[in-house]
Amino acid sequence: MTSNPYLPEIATVVETIQETPTIKTFRVKLNNPERMKAFSFQPGQVGQLSVFGVGESTFVINSPPTRMDYLQFSVMMAGEVTSRLHSLNAGDQVGVRAPLGNAFPVEAMKGKNVVFVGGGIGMAPLRTLLLYMLDKRKDYKNITLLYGARSPEDMAFRYDLDDWTTRKDMTTVLTIDRESPGWQHKVGLIPNVLLEMNPSPKNTVAVTCGPPIMIKFTLQALLKLGFKDDQIITTLEKRMKCGVGICGRCNIGTKYVCVDGPVFTYAQLKELPNEL
Amino acid sequence: MMAAKFLPADKLNEWIAELAESRRVLVPVTEQNAVVFRPYAKDTEPVFGRQANVPPKASIFPASERLMAFTYVKNPEDLGQVAVEVQETIEPEPTVVFGARPCDARGFTVFDRVYDGKKVQDPYYKARRESTLFVTMACDDPENACFCHWVGSSPSDPEGSDVLLTPLEGGFLVEDVSKRGKELLSSKLLSDGSKKVKEARAAHAAALAALGEAWSPAEAPAKLIEKFDDMGFWEQVSAKCISCGACTYLCPTCYCFNVTDERKGMRGERIRTWDNCMSFQFTLEASGHNPRPTKAHRLKNRVGHKFSYYPDIHGGAIACCGCGRCIKFCPASVDIREIVRLSVERPVSKPEKQ
Repeated sequence: MTSNPYLPEIATVVETIQETPTIKTFRVKLNNPERMKAFSFQPGQVGQLSVFGVGESTFVINSPPTRMDYLQFSVMMAGEVTSRLHSLNAGDQVGVRAPLGNAFPVEAMKGKNVVFVGGGIGMAPLRTLLLYMLDKRKDYKNITLLYGARSPEDMAFRYDLDDWTTRKDMTTVLTIDRESPGWQHKVGLIPNVLLEMNPSPKNTVAVTCGPPIMIKFTLQALLKLGFKDDQIITTLEKRMKCGVGICGRCNIGTKYVCVDGPVFTYAQLKELPNEL
Repeated sequence: MMAAKFLPADKLNEWIAELAESRRVLVPVTEQNAVVFRPYAKDTEPVFGRQANVPPKASIFPASERLMAFTYVKNPEDLGQVAVEVQETIEPEPTVVFGARPCDARGFTVFDRVYDGKKVQDPYYKARRESTLFVTMACDDPENACFCHWVGSSPSDPEGSDVLLTPLEGGFLVEDVSKRGKELLSSKLLSDGSKKVKEARAAHAAALAALGEAWSPAEAPAKLIEKFDDMGFWEQVSAKCISCGACTYLCPTCYCFNVTDERKGMRGERIRTWDNCMSFQFTLEASGHNPRPTKAHRLKNRVGHKFSYYPDIHGGAIACCGCGRCIKFCPASVDIREIVRLSVERPVSKPEKQ
């Protein structure tokens, strides 16, 4: 970051991937090669992507810091900025303000089993952490991924799925909400499939992200499985502008999601006023 | 050591004119029945006898300011290739804000903890803050909406000011508060005022006494959190509110902002504008979800931020300077004092059945 926290760095889109009908991924490189080389971040941190003339929006950096060829952002089309981002192609220029916010506690998670529960676009922050852990595989014990989407077409990161489903050093369960021709994996809502999988909470951390309703029922399922509040980690989304704790938009009581988050344990969330 | 000078009443405008020779001087003037701060010019007639309707917040934090300019540049060799250039635009202008009230000057100390914090500094705010001095006029006649004494201040509070003027018989006691303020006291129009200090202190005490007994909001941080889920309470205290946001725009301590882009052809600007937490759009997310869906939720955040969250983060400092404008100019007569007081004094009502 420069000394002016509002000033984006100019970056070039090097590749785009249409993940699903509504999600598009952008791989970007800072134009200044030295800045790109020196860029460092932690899994879970976010960045603001700008289309100059349209605006900025916040997205997690979903490539891991162990693979720094580019920074990857996945964007679900939802508003003005995201619609404009979807029209960008390789070679186009964007602004990047990153890294912002806190990160997953990767050090504290060392030596533990990790259960990932991702739904839809909520898989993006989990992807960062999952790839990071796979790149540092011996630091972590059993890695389990449950990833769900409405339909096979709504599954993002399909280029990762072959690896994740066939690797011997992790367990991957994919699920969709309703039967679909040719679908070889699970069918069922994420919380129900999670209960069926019955992961042990012993020495385990669960990391979940997805639509609010999915998170709500996933939390209930995890608690039912015996997970304690501090064994559950999630990342929050809020409307953010400045990204540095000034503009006053993303607070929940005394905490600002853009600097104190987006990563919180369920124990921390319970301490906050109920304003999600 | 503070210097005490005296300025005869008939030399006040002359001193302002002198200060205006080398910098922009903002003074309170009447404009369409309201007193607002405007740059001093030769024929300006400043109004010092009453609190300005609009505080001088924009002197350091403009209602709308450019954060950067950008230009799209086509590559002449390959017109499909377009580069972007971003230009930083920080242009502070040396300024004196003359004749604001102590509450107005102190308001910026609320900003300082956020905009010039330990972890992050806002370069636009900082540049203006450093190029602006406050010559403040102590209040001799507080109004009934004033409550600066509730929030740890007073009608003669020097915090946030560089020079403090106190209206006295025949003129003003002029005291420097900061090192930079001392430099303004070199004018030949000012004479020794040490014999007037006692009179000024008596005036300060009289103004404070005129405000009546202070109510202490010390318990408010905890009590407001206790009432967080008591939506019945919030619905009741926000019932009159019409979500117009006048309270935030007139508040010397409200610092929230929005950022938007404007583009014309190949050029554009990124603009920061004051924003208003009483508006539905403030926290509306792109998904359609709004964590503060009703005016009750939004007023709760406004009061909670000022009297609970901010004090919790900033060592007890309240994000309110007690200027009373949000009360005086609220078209629906919402009174933040009443809400904070009720939050402390009224027990939390628990819903009988969920």
